[in-house]
Amino acid sequence: MAQLSIPEKLSILADAAKYDASCASSGAIKRDSRGGKGIGSTDGGMGICHAYAPDGRCISLLKILLTNSCVYDCHYCINRASSNVRRARFTAREVADLTLSFYRRNYIEGLFLSSGIIRSPDYTMEQIVEVARILREEHDFRGYIHLKTIPDADPALVQAAGLHADRISINVELPTSAGLAKFAPEKDAGQIDRAMSGMKAAIEDGQDARRRYRHAPRFAPSGQSTQMIVGADDATDSQIVARAGTLYDRHALRRVYYSAFSPIPDASAILPLQRPPLMREHRLYQSDWLIRFYGYSPLEVAQAADEKGMLPLDIDPKLAFALRQRGLFPVDINRAPREMLLRVPGLGTRAVDRILSTRRWRRLRIEDVARLTSSIAKVRPFISAQGWQPVAMGDRADLSAWVKPKVRQLELFGG
Amino acid sequence: MHVFDLAAPDDFDGWRDHARGLALAAIPPEKVSWRVAGEGGDLFGQSGSQANRAGYQPLSVPRAFIDLARSAICHSDPERFALLYGLLLRVCATPAILTDKADPLIRRVEALAKAVRRDLHKMHAFVRFREVEGAGEGMRFVAWFEPDHHIVRAASGFFVDRFTTMDWSILTPDLSIHWDGARLRESPGATRALAPSGDPVEDIWKRYYAAIFNPARLKVKAMMKEMPRKYWANMPETALIGSLIAGARNREVAMVEQSQKWLPDGQEEGLSTHAIWSDLRKEAAACTRCVLHHCATQTVFGEGPVDARLMFVGEQPGDQEDLAGRAFVGPAGQLLDRALADAGIDRTHAYVTNAVKHFKFEQRGKTRLHARPNAGEIRHCRWWLDRERALIKPSLTVALGATAAHALMGRALSVSSVRGTAQMAMDGGETWVTVHPSFLLRVTENKEAEYRRFVDDLRVIARRLEALA
Repeated sequence: MAQLSIPEKLSILADAAKYDASCASSGAIKRDSRGGKGIGSTDGGMGICHAYAPDGRCISLLKILLTNSCVYDCHYCINRASSNVRRARFTAREVADLTLSFYRRNYIEGLFLSSGIIRSPDYTMEQIVEVARILREEHDFRGYIHLKTIPDADPALVQAAGLHADRISINVELPTSAGLAKFAPEKDAGQIDRAMSGMKAAIEDGQDARRRYRHAPRFAPSGQSTQMIVGADDATDSQIVARAGTLYDRHALRRVYYSAFSPIPDASAILPLQRPPLMREHRLYQSDWLIRFYGYSPLEVAQAADEKGMLPLDIDPKLAFALRQRGLFPVDINRAPREMLLRVPGLGTRAVDRILSTRRWRRLRIEDVARLTSSIAKVRPFISAQGWQPVAMGDRADLSAWVKPKVRQLELFGG
Repeated sequence: MHVFDLAAPDDFDGWRDHARGLALAAIPPEKVSWRVAGEGGDLFGQSGSQANRAGYQPLSVPRAFIDLARSAICHSDPERFALLYGLLLRVCATPAILTDKADPLIRRVEALAKAVRRDLHKMHAFVRFREVEGAGEGMRFVAWFEPDHHIVRAASGFFVDRFTTMDWSILTPDLSIHWDGARLRESPGATRALAPSGDPVEDIWKRYYAAIFNPARLKVKAMMKEMPRKYWANMPETALIGSLIAGARNREVAMVEQSQKWLPDGQEEGLSTHAIWSDLRKEAAACTRCVLHHCATQTVFGEGPVDARLMFVGEQPGDQEDLAGRAFVGPAGQLLDRALADAGIDRTHAYVTNAVKHFKFEQRGKTRLHARPNAGEIRHCRWWLDRERALIKPSLTVALGATAAHALMGRALSVSSVRGTAQMAMDGGETWVTVHPSFLLRVTENKEAEYRRFVDDLRVIARRLEALA
């Protein structure tokens, strides 16, 4: 095979990485390059999206694979051993140089490095860690680094990865272990689970050490995350939400990413040909938000799903929950506790904070609420306010027709 | 009317000094006017700045107000100084007033601050440095950016923190900033022509941008919301957006077409559908979806070519099928074979399966008497039938008997009511309903006539299948 140039390798290895959903640089600690030899900072907040691609996704990190050669044969993956894609491989130094030259020009927040498995999990993990080591130790790089770790790799290597990286992730790949057994025969759900709980313990140890010793090294300060593919197997939304709930709960994950299965070139015959509607992925993210920021339990989110366990595509899960639990409404905007305000469709966390803050000054009328939210139309049937009762609205059988969004986004490639 | 001079459009400290004195003197907002150095202000006012600047007197306001004012003052709205002074007087009177989010003035000032924060965030994100030869041995990085508001000073800290060891300049129409590794310097506004026009790394960056884009998803609106067109001129990668969007549709269609080559209509492709079918069959062998698996010997899955155009769906395996593990091998199966031969249909070209895959029976002594599956069992087992049908996609399906018709159509119906006309199955496939061959074994009156009628049904179906081809 002819030697590939760096841009050619980049094309191949970025293309191979694009099915990873995460590109976030959020949740980092605050860090800057003052007093150092190198460059880089992290802002401790939401992270920065340096560009957006026409797929609507944020480009925050240089997201590439070290190599797309892989000894595994996972059906959903474009890089599986039996796939007929062009293969390429970066050296650790090439990745480090590329990261720095992008970073200097303010194209990126840092690096998200993953890799196909070559030779052995340990060898691959060593190479990934080497990239992070070059960046951190040789170049004193203080930007964001997200490393994908391999569940079967030696714990010492994973430990080393955590010392260099801001965030560590291990993909659970598929929501059910039956799905994993079917689509990723070489991967073992138990092993993935063990690796994640090992990671959780290591992160907690690191935090504990920091509390005792000011100079203890930080271990993956942005925590760990994971990703699952939606629509490749037949797991229902309820199953997926329940699985995510367990992951947040048991492994203290920062984020669970959902990636709608995209038809990939050269797909395995066992896979569905059509992608699931993108809206499904969106609804799952919304339900994820409900769990993380709105105090819903996974079981409550499951109540928003239909009898087949799927979340409705035409309305968001919060509205679906409200339509099924009409007894909880209307919520008195002037008296209800925060938890109940958060259940009102159309009220976000910010709007709820504003309402709580404002009602210390006055009894809110519906016009006041309108000023504090982006759209009052959606909220109106579910609240009572000074001088406002949603008369009989809560009892209407056709309430959903009232509150459903009127315009449907057309499937661009439907039919 | 007092006019106060501010050194710069984002001169928070100057504004604070004046405003503190004014607030302590309880000067009402309508008596005060603000003028930024170098910009036209209120022509008719008299300068009253010096009187109030003398002497520092403390005036305490909540921290939240300082933060809000520091942001809002960077806005390009000429009224911002006056709005903030008005708000300051309110805050002095009622320190907690900022928590009243429904107050119009507070809403207005918060909107200013929000717009500024967004502009700052976008500047942090969308500044693109280009490398040029530096004065010394090192390289210099220069960017051109056009912010909406007066945020360049506010944004500079971010770039200093991040690129401490680099030499860089950010040029904007109103103000330019320069960092040499130790000191931040300001110079007047510049023009785009003064900034470098390119950088060799931009081509590599564009390749990355094109490669990381997933053409199977297109959400142009989401992109435009976060990266409005006004920023595009200074971002090299945006030159690709038009062609990426145009190419996306073709690329996805090509991908789906390519993967369709794996589907059943040729030799090699049939093999992989067969592999899925084998997996399905293996899974079904362990099925415990309903109670029938307790007593039956084994799951009797359908059989036949996976690219069959004709599918027969019977009721359930009988005694002999249950033991053999194959569909339609008992007496009813033999009768079906005979009828198919008479109608000129080759059974080896059809896929033959059952609505329910386990044998349901009542034990009478040593014999196992066939028992009719109930609606629940049919519903549970339809899971497998649906999968078989999704895989094989027959152009025509024959429901043998009422149970099969129930499974396919999703409701209980009598054979006589739908016999001889095309029906639509729940999944949309064309379905013909006729009797089950075991009926012909059971029936005592007009046995021959019933058999002929059955064969006639099959002939109609055979002709229909030809017509569909």
